[in-house]
This record gives sequence, C-alpha cells and structure tokens, in this order.
Amino acid sequence: MPTIDQTLAQYSELFMLLGAMAFTVAFIAFCWDLAKSSKTIKAVEDRLAAEHATADVAVLVGAAGASSGSAAGRTAGGSAGQAHTVEMASDSMNYGKERRAAARIGVALTVLATVILAAGVLTRGLAAHRVPWGNMYEFCTTGALMVAVVYLIALTRKDLRFLGSFVIGLVVVMLIAATIGFPTPVAHLIPALQSYWIIIHVSVAVLASALFTLTFAMSVLQLIQGNREARGRAGKADKLAFMRLVPSALTLENAAYRINAVSFVFWTFTLVLGAIWAEEAWGRYWGWDTKEVWTFVIWVVYAGYLHARATRGWTGTRAAWLSIVGYLCVVFNFTIVNVFFAGLHSYAGV
Amino acid sequence: MSQTPDGAQRHDDAGAPAPDGPGTGGGKGRAVTDRKRNRKRDDVAVPALGFLGMLRWAWTQLTSMRTALFLLLLLAVAAVPGSLFPQRPANPAVVTQYLTDNPEVGPWLDRFQLFDVYSSVWFSAIYLLLFLSLIGCVIPRAIQHYKAMRSQPPRTPRRLSRLPEYGSMAVPAEAGLSARSAVEEAARLLKRRGYRVNVRDADTDRPSVGAERGFAKEIGNLVFHTSLIGVLVSVAIGGQFGYTGQRVLVEGETFVNSLIGYDSFNPGTGFTEDRLDPFSLTLDKFEVVFDRESTTHYGQPLDFTATMSVREPGQPAEQQVLKVNHPLTIGGSNVYLMGNGYAPVVTIRDGEGNIAHQGPVVAIPNDGAYTSTMVIKVPDAKPEQLGFVGFFLPTAMEGEDGVAYGSDPDPMNPRLYLNSYYGDLGLDNGDPKNVFVLDTSNLTVLNDRNQDSGGIELAAYETKELPNGMGSITFDGLVRYAALDIHHDPGKLGALVFSSLAMAGLGASLFIGRRRVWVRAGTHDDGRTMVEWGLLARGEDHRLAPEAATISKLLRDQWLTDAGPQAHNSKSAAGVDNS
Ligand code: HEM
Repeated sequence: MPTIDQTLAQYSELFMLLGAMAFTVAFIAFCWDLAKSSKTIKAVEDRLAAEHATADVAVLVGAAGASSGSAAGRTAGGSAGQAHTVEMASDSMNYGKERRAAARIGVALTVLATVILAAGVLTRGLAAHRVPWGNMYEFCTTGALMVAVVYLIALTRKDLRFLGSFVIGLVVVMLIAATIGFPTPVAHLIPALQSYWIIIHVSVAVLASALFTLTFAMSVLQLIQGNREARGRAGKADKLAFMRLVPSALTLENAAYRINAVSFVFWTFTLVLGAIWAEEAWGRYWGWDTKEVWTFVIWVVYAGYLHARATRGWTGTRAAWLSIVGYLCVVFNFTIVNVFFAGLHSYAGV
Repeated sequence: MSQTPDGAQRHDDAGAPAPDGPGTGGGKGRAVTDRKRNRKRDDVAVPALGFLGMLRWAWTQLTSMRTALFLLLLLAVAAVPGSLFPQRPANPAVVTQYLTDNPEVGPWLDRFQLFDVYSSVWFSAIYLLLFLSLIGCVIPRAIQHYKAMRSQPPRTPRRLSRLPEYGSMAVPAEAGLSARSAVEEAARLLKRRGYRVNVRDADTDRPSVGAERGFAKEIGNLVFHTSLIGVLVSVAIGGQFGYTGQRVLVEGETFVNSLIGYDSFNPGTGFTEDRLDPFSLTLDKFEVVFDRESTTHYGQPLDFTATMSVREPGQPAEQQVLKVNHPLTIGGSNVYLMGNGYAPVVTIRDGEGNIAHQGPVVAIPNDGAYTSTMVIKVPDAKPEQLGFVGFFLPTAMEGEDGVAYGSDPDPMNPRLYLNSYYGDLGLDNGDPKNVFVLDTSNLTVLNDRNQDSGGIELAAYETKELPNGMGSITFDGLVRYAALDIHHDPGKLGALVFSSLAMAGLGASLFIGRRRVWVRAGTHDDGRTMVEWGLLARGEDHRLAPEAATISKLLRDQWLTDAGPQAHNSKSAAGVDNS
C-alpha cells in the first residue's frame, strides 16, 4: 500500500479550516441579506409599480402579455378587501434587477469557500491515495462540499439566494461537526471498505443527501411562508419581514418536489447499489443491519412524500412535513446511527 | 397516469380546463375516480349488499391512494424498532443476553416479536397489505393505460386559451396557407417531436390536430410498482430455497460442503440437502497485513488474504484467493471471508498421562489488538473431564497494576491466560452446546487467581502442570483461522433484475413529461390564417412552458411570419379568449 503523504494531509486540514471560516463569513453575509430585506423589497416594489403600469398598457394594446409569475408582490387570498398584502419574492425565482450587495458577497464567499474546501477534500484524497470517504470526518467534509456545489449549481439556474443562510448554515454545521466532533487523521481504508463500490455507493448517497438538504431548507421555508400567507389572509400583521425575499409557499413546494424527485432516484440508487455491495462484502444483499434499516426508512418516507403529492388532502403542509421528517431521518442515519448503533457499518472511524 | 395536480390546477380549479372525458385528465382524473369510489362506498353501506358488498368495500378502501400512503408511512415506522432492539436472525446471542439482563421487559418485548421485527406478524401484515394495495392499484391502471395507448388523443377543447400554456399567431394572407394545410403541417411537426397526432375536423372551417406524448411515463410507473412485487417475490424465493452456513476454518483444515461440515447452518423451509453444491475447501494460508507506518492508526488491519484450495468433483484442485469484498463463487454457492483470528495450538495431557487433546483451539478476537477469548473442553480426559477458559493475547504486555493486556495484533509475545476446571462438562446428554461457552456451574476450579495454584499463564512452548495431578497443558504453537460464510440464494438474480427494472421505471415515471397539444387553425375575414395552440400537462411537468415556447418557435419558423399576438396563460395574466 502506498505511503500516506503526511505533509499533504496537513495542508488538507488547513484548507478545511480555511474553508470553514470562509463559509462562516458567507453565512453571516446571507443573514445580513435577509435582515436588510426590507430595504431591498422597497426597491422591488418601486420597480414593480413601474412594470405594472407598462403591463397594463400592454394588455390594453393586446400586443404582449405579462409572463407567468413575474409579479413579485401579490395579494394572498380572495377577499382582497380586508386582507393584508403579503409581500414575497417572484414565483419564477429568476434573478431580478435590484442589487443585493450582501447576497452577492455571500455568493462570492461561497464560491471562494467551496474552492478552498474542494482543495481540502482533494488533498485529503491525494494524501491517502484513495477516495476520501472512509470515516465520519471524511463523510462530513465531502458532504459539506457536495451541498455547497449543488447549491452553487442551483444558483446558476435560479435565484435561490434566499436559501443561503439555511444551506450555508448547514454546511458550517457539517464542517464544525467534522473538525471538532470527528477529527480523524488520514489513514488507509480497512479491508471492508476496500472496494470500488465505495466510490459508487458513497458518492450517490452524498449527492442524494445534499439534494435532500436543499429541499429540507425549502420545506421549512414553505411552512413559514404558508403560515405567513395565512396570517395575511386573516388580516394579521406581517411579523417576518425577511420572508419577503422568499417566494410563495406553493412555489417552494413545487421546487422542493422537483428536487426531491431527483434525490429520491439517487437514494434508490444508493439503496440498490448498497445492496449489491453488501452482497459482495457480506454475502447477503439485505440483512436489516441498522444502517440498512434507516436507509430503507428514509426511502419509504420519501416514497410517502411522492405519494402524498398525488393524494388529495396531503399536498402542501403535510407533504412539507414529510420532506422534513425524511431529512431528519437522513441526519439521524448519518449521525446517531453511525456513532451510537452497533452494526456492520460501524467502521465510521469515530 | 400521474395524478399529481400541479399548482395551477389545485389553486385555480374554477379556471382549470377539462378538455377530455372523466378519468383521463391530469389532476382531475384522480378526483373523478375518487368521487366514483365514494359513490360505490355509499352503495355498499347498505347492509343488503352483504358479504360481497363488504368485500368490495374493503377492496376499494385498500386500493385507494390514501390507504397506500398510510401503509407506506406505517411501514417506515414499523421498520424502526428493528434498529433499536437486537434482532434474532442477525444476533441471537445478543438477544439472549438482552433477555437475561432485562427479565421484566424482555419477555414482553419478545411477545410482541420485537426481536424478530422483520418476520413479525405485524410487520408482515403491513407489507403484505401494501403489496395487495399495490396490485389492486396496478392492474386497473395497466388496463386503463393500455386503452389510452390505443385511443386517439382527446377531442380539441373549445377554448384552447384556457389551457395552462397557450399561443396564437396570424399568418398573412400572402402566404397562401389554408387552415387545413396549417393543421396538417403542425401535425407533421408535432409528430417529429415524438407526439402521436390525430387531425380532426379537416373539412370544416376550424380544423385542428390533437397530439399526445409521454406514454412511457405511465409505463415506467407501472413497471416500477410491478418490479417491487418482483423484488418481494425474489426475496421470498431466496429465503425459501436458499441457505446460509458458517464455518471456521483453521490453516491446513479442509471443509467439505455437507451438513456436518458446518458450525452453524440456516436453511430455508424449502431446502433439501441435495441442494448443497459438492465441493471442498482447504485453507492453505491466511495472511494479514497491519498498518505499520501510521502513527495514529498503528496496527489497523489493511489486508486479509485467504489462500484456498478449491476442489470440485471431477476437477483438479485449484488455488484461489479469498478476500473481504472478493467472494469465491463455486457452483451456485458463494464463500465470503467474514472474520479471522488466532487458534493457539495446545496439547493437554490428562491425569493418566495420556494426550486428551492436541490441536488448534479457535480464539475469538474482541478488539483491534486481537485480545481473544478462548474455551477448551476436554471430554476425553480421565479420570476427570477438563475445561479451560480464558484469554489469548498475541502481544502481551503487563500494565502497572500487573494485569496483562494485548498491545498489538501481530504475535510478538503470544501468551495464554487460562483458568481450569474439572468435573462433568455436560456434553454427554446430547443437548447442543455452544463450543465457545463453558458452563462452570457443575465444575470444580483447579486454577484461577483466587486459588493457591493461581491462574495458568503460558508463553510459547511452555507447559503448566495442573494441581492435584489432573494433568498438564502445553502451548505448542499458533495458527490463524478464517471465519467463512457460505451462502446460496436462488432469488438473488431475480432481485437484481427487478430492482434494476424498478430503477429504470422510476426514472421514466418521474422524468418523462406526459403532455397534450392541440393546434387549431381558421381563416380570418381579411384572409389571414389564424393559428392557435394550447398545451396541457398530465401530472407534474415543469417543462411545459419551455415545450410551449419550442412549439411556438417551430410554428413561426414554419410559416415565417412576424410574431402575432401571443399570450401565456397564468394566474397573473389570463389569455385573450379568441374562440
Ligand atoms: C411498496 C410500496 C410503494 C412504493 C415504494 C411506491 C413508490 C412510488 C413512487 C416513488 C411513485 C412516484 C412516481 C411518480 O410520481 O410518477 C409512485 C407513484 C404512484 N404510486 Fe406508488 N408506491 C408504492 C405502493 C403503491 C401502492 C400500493 C399504490 C396503490 C394504491 C401506489 C400508487 C401510486 C400512484 C397512483 C402513483 C402515481 C403518483 C404520481 O404519478 O405522482 N403506489 N409510487
């Protein structure tokens, strides 16, 4: 077995630390962005007022229509008479024209932090001459990297900066857990993990988990926004001004559904590929090992979520709760099960 | 069919179009079916319907989506206790220990089958009901989809502008495009995009084309759900006709694949002995590599390699390498390397001076330094049977308190620490006994710390005389052993095939868009040809708007006109009604 490169391993730890610090600052920037949202919203309102004026003209002339969901502010509920107007972001989740300096700083820092963290994960792998997915420290750091990368990719397509404080907050938590909770020096893999299946199985699992992280944040926001919309309909005052940067509950629900559908497929891969590996390593493809039980539970909860979306009376809030419960199971499976439960998967090196 | 109502339909019911008959239109389909079911439910509430009615009622209940969802969530909850309590199939010894440690709650937990969760009555009931529900759901849907695939796209809605995506254009009179040829050209374009098309009312002044695509979505869904049944059946077949067995094989020993060759054996109910593949295995050599470079993981195992001679009838012996993650496949059986350890070789002479035992004794490692427990039973010793229990340490060190501990997994200072007993080992009454446990309740102590004789401590090649002339024990040498699992699972291939099918079906079901397009044309009084089109998704389809844009562009490119009036339908801007 090739010798472990200790110098590179030390660089890796340095990168991880620097990355965690950069993410922390990015997190603060995203929070700042939410905090000063009132000012931003004012700008949006002004722009919209102007846009509405032109849109009305357009409808009159019959030459052009407003494109779907470009209206940022709208009245929630039918009885517009007494209802408060609940302000929220555009349902299209496209980038608007207004400047959000703090959010921009947050995104820029996230990019920087992701690059540094990627260097940390990469050097860790190079130091050990293998994929850096052998213990909790490595799962956490790679998982954090994957969440950040998935988030940045999503950002190139949609304006999901309102998720920044949630998602980057979770990334910071994962990195803190890795560096403080499970610090593990670089080492070779134990024989049970020496298989090409680790590359396939773990990468898909981490990817699915990263996507579930995004939808978890969306579902939480959906519940908050739904509550806010209901308050608006009831004519109560809006107490959560920062939620103005967030699109409507329905938009969040649909977006979360789309991502959850993708991550459910990845989770199915995780489960099936894990079973194939288990067959090769332990001689049975399914044995209700603790880890297998929880992987199965997660799979069934998200299958329930997909079914809920197709069942009357189960869309909206209940579906959001299922998505949240599913994610809590993912976290449980990753932390409590790895650390406290005995089982064949107890290799996590903690 | 995908019944997820999209946002617009759910929140804007009044404005949602119903362009086709009952039971076929997106979110509405489910609603209609549900309503039908409700009606049925009311019918059977009349007691006159009796037993058959009850059955029908139960069936409609069971196959409803709500029940499936409930059962799914119940299944998730029911699976959890299996991770909280030790399970018999995986760990029978731990369960026994748990029952001894918790004499109050233990038996109650056992009564509710919490140590056999996955074969328990309640867990089985949930998944069997779920699969029954699934079958009841899949069959009618398959029939319905078969019909849908053979029928034409539904009639063109009167008001296309009410569809979620709508567009229109005017082709100038100079282009000389008749309404009929406009519709036919549109049909050709749609066909090229994978739609199934049907031109209708061609001879009227408002001809139109109906188009539909994405039948594979529903096929995918059906394949997915059907494959789940396939996986379940495969698992059942594997459990029924397969077997798993364990065998500890010391270096130099040979295992013959027959029932007596196994240390433990768990056959399925349909197992017969002739299912055992005739082969034999010899463990020629077992090699272990521990990490000697790392300061932090010093002594961590890096590699286990078992070199085996495999003999099959009619074939010469063949040497093969068995490793963790690299099982041997011999006929229909797989051999897995599940564990390893040391087997100290000991010679025991009895009180009469005869050799009562000679050979390796398997010691079970408990930690990374291979601190191993071992038990030796010597039923042949005379005048009294002898028993030994204690530890083996590959590299023994002495702590400050004088207690020995193992410090390394390699044998650098191998030592045995044993207590000895004499008396009736209780092996003669025919009850099966665990070879790794010595029941000392009927035995008398010969050696242990509390006796004058002290405990037995042996370094390599040392001999210790037992007190009272009961004999002696010699530590002659050390060999390694491999713990093998031998499995045969005839359902394995089926499980793999069906789970692959399930994954493919799932992908198709979730990511293929099922949509319908209608294009209608007519000639305006001023000679322009007016073309309008509308799109409808069936189920969740976030790519409907991009598809509408593509179709709009295709049609414009086709007739090379200036853009006519066009509107997107949405909540914020209702389209212009031009029907
Ligand atoms: C082992 C249990 C089951 C699992 C794991 C499962 C899984 C799934 C998944 C992942 C989907 C999403 C596919 C899609 O959205 O197109 C789905 C859809 C669906 N399932 Fe199941 N299912 C199970 C049992 C059932 C049962 C028993 C029924 C019948 C009552 C059922 C009826 C449906 C229906 C109607 C859909 C379509 C929903 C839609 O298209 O969004 N499923 N199922």
